[in-house]
Amino acid sequence: MKKLLTLSLLAMAVVSGSANAKDWKNIRVGIEAAYPPFNELTADKKIVGFDKDLSDAICSYLKANCTYVIQDWDGMIPGLLAQRFDTIISSMSSTEERKQKVSFTRPYYNTPAFFLVRKDSNMNVDSPAAMKGKRIGVQSATIFQNYADAFYKPAGATVTPYQTLDQVYMDLTSGRLDAVLFGSIEHDTFLKSKDGAGYKMAGKPLLDPKWFGEGAAIAVRKDDEDLRKQLDAAVEALHKNGTYDKIRKKYFSYDIWPKG
Amino acid sequence: MDFQPGIILASLPMFLDGLWVTLELVGIALLFGMIFALPLGIIRAVNVPYLTQLIGGYTYFFRSTPMLVQLLVTYYGFGQFKWMQDQWNAGNSFWLLFREPYFCACFAFTLNTCAYTTEIISGAIKNTSTGEIEAAKAMGMSWITRMRFVILPAAMRRILQSYSNEVILMLQGSAIASAVTLVDLTGVGRAVYARYYAPFEAFIFTGLIYLVLTFAVLGLFKLAERRWLAHLKPRKH
Repeated sequence: MKKLLTLSLLAMAVVSGSANAKDWKNIRVGIEAAYPPFNELTADKKIVGFDKDLSDAICSYLKANCTYVIQDWDGMIPGLLAQRFDTIISSMSSTEERKQKVSFTRPYYNTPAFFLVRKDSNMNVDSPAAMKGKRIGVQSATIFQNYADAFYKPAGATVTPYQTLDQVYMDLTSGRLDAVLFGSIEHDTFLKSKDGAGYKMAGKPLLDPKWFGEGAAIAVRKDDEDLRKQLDAAVEALHKNGTYDKIRKKYFSYDIWPKG
Repeated sequence: MDFQPGIILASLPMFLDGLWVTLELVGIALLFGMIFALPLGIIRAVNVPYLTQLIGGYTYFFRSTPMLVQLLVTYYGFGQFKWMQDQWNAGNSFWLLFREPYFCACFAFTLNTCAYTTEIISGAIKNTSTGEIEAAKAMGMSWITRMRFVILPAAMRRILQSYSNEVILMLQGSAIASAVTLVDLTGVGRAVYARYYAPFEAFIFTGLIYLVLTFAVLGLFKLAERRWLAHLKPRKH
């Protein structure tokens, strides 16, 4: 059995070895098209979003011809491994578990966590001590709850876990909570809704990778190291020449480039 | 992955906290539910114009909607109104109670169990055999005396069995408390699951605690029945 596995792995290496030989003028990109504003499908079935724009820019930088394959999220990595497409540019967070299966470029965005508070509030949310006695809402079993429990609870804040995110926002608007800790993307969506008018994000963006992860990166098969290098270089270059920021400003008012 | 008993051991203090929250919630709801259900059940049984129908409407409403819905309405529903939010901001200490998840859960649970208990009590009163009532009347007892010395004592004995079911249902029904941010026994189970990605350990242990609690409740009711329903036991000699 083991022998068979080694053999088939070898065979795969040979096959992909021949794929390596190709100069990547045609790249098939796997995208979910269901995660706005990063990737979504318009009514007339066009893929739009930050991931799509960035991926277009990468392809024109590499002078490659890109085709898009829409793939459901749970079949994303299997689809890549089954050669249905060559890379995943679909807001996939680079995590240790996924690194066992695929390899990642450097992260191309990392959206920070923020505290959301009432517009007229002048709480110093960055300081756990200043938040003593305040009521902070989080979604239970999230990195945000871990963070709030680790720093704000010991300092005397009440950290309240909710089952769903809309319940957290509901209790912020009803006045039960003083602040909500969550990702900036979800906050943005809330701020744009009709309930969100009286609120703002406060304090510093929270990005500590130990608590909040490394960010979203481009995934390729493990044997396509040359493609990974090209994509990696393209992402770096697009950030340096300002294209990245131009695309980013279309969607976000703040920087989402991962630091460090 | 193997069974990891270490997770349960490490989470024992959390489980104790959760157990306490569950016991408190259920205890308070059952206590106040019974206190309110006694007069309501009597009125429902003896037919006071309008009042009886009103109580019938109340029990109908609370017995025909899920307790989870009642809890969500109490906590999220009331809090949505501008008027309520103004009362909170003004510091109205009565309405401020409805801002606290703990009070909301006690409130909804109490109303729910009270509705069921009212029906149980009124049913038992209505089932009093006419012979007993006639005998009491023949003794010249007034309505109050009859109720106090004949009807109620017998009715309260007869509710024991159906009331033990209600207590167990409340105990298990209280598992919805985590929907309004309370970390009860089930809430702890969820938290442990999320922290260790170990659903089996977390939920099996949670279930085990409920099992023991239910067993204890059944035991207490057995004792009560032995004492107050002794006259119904088959003769042993």
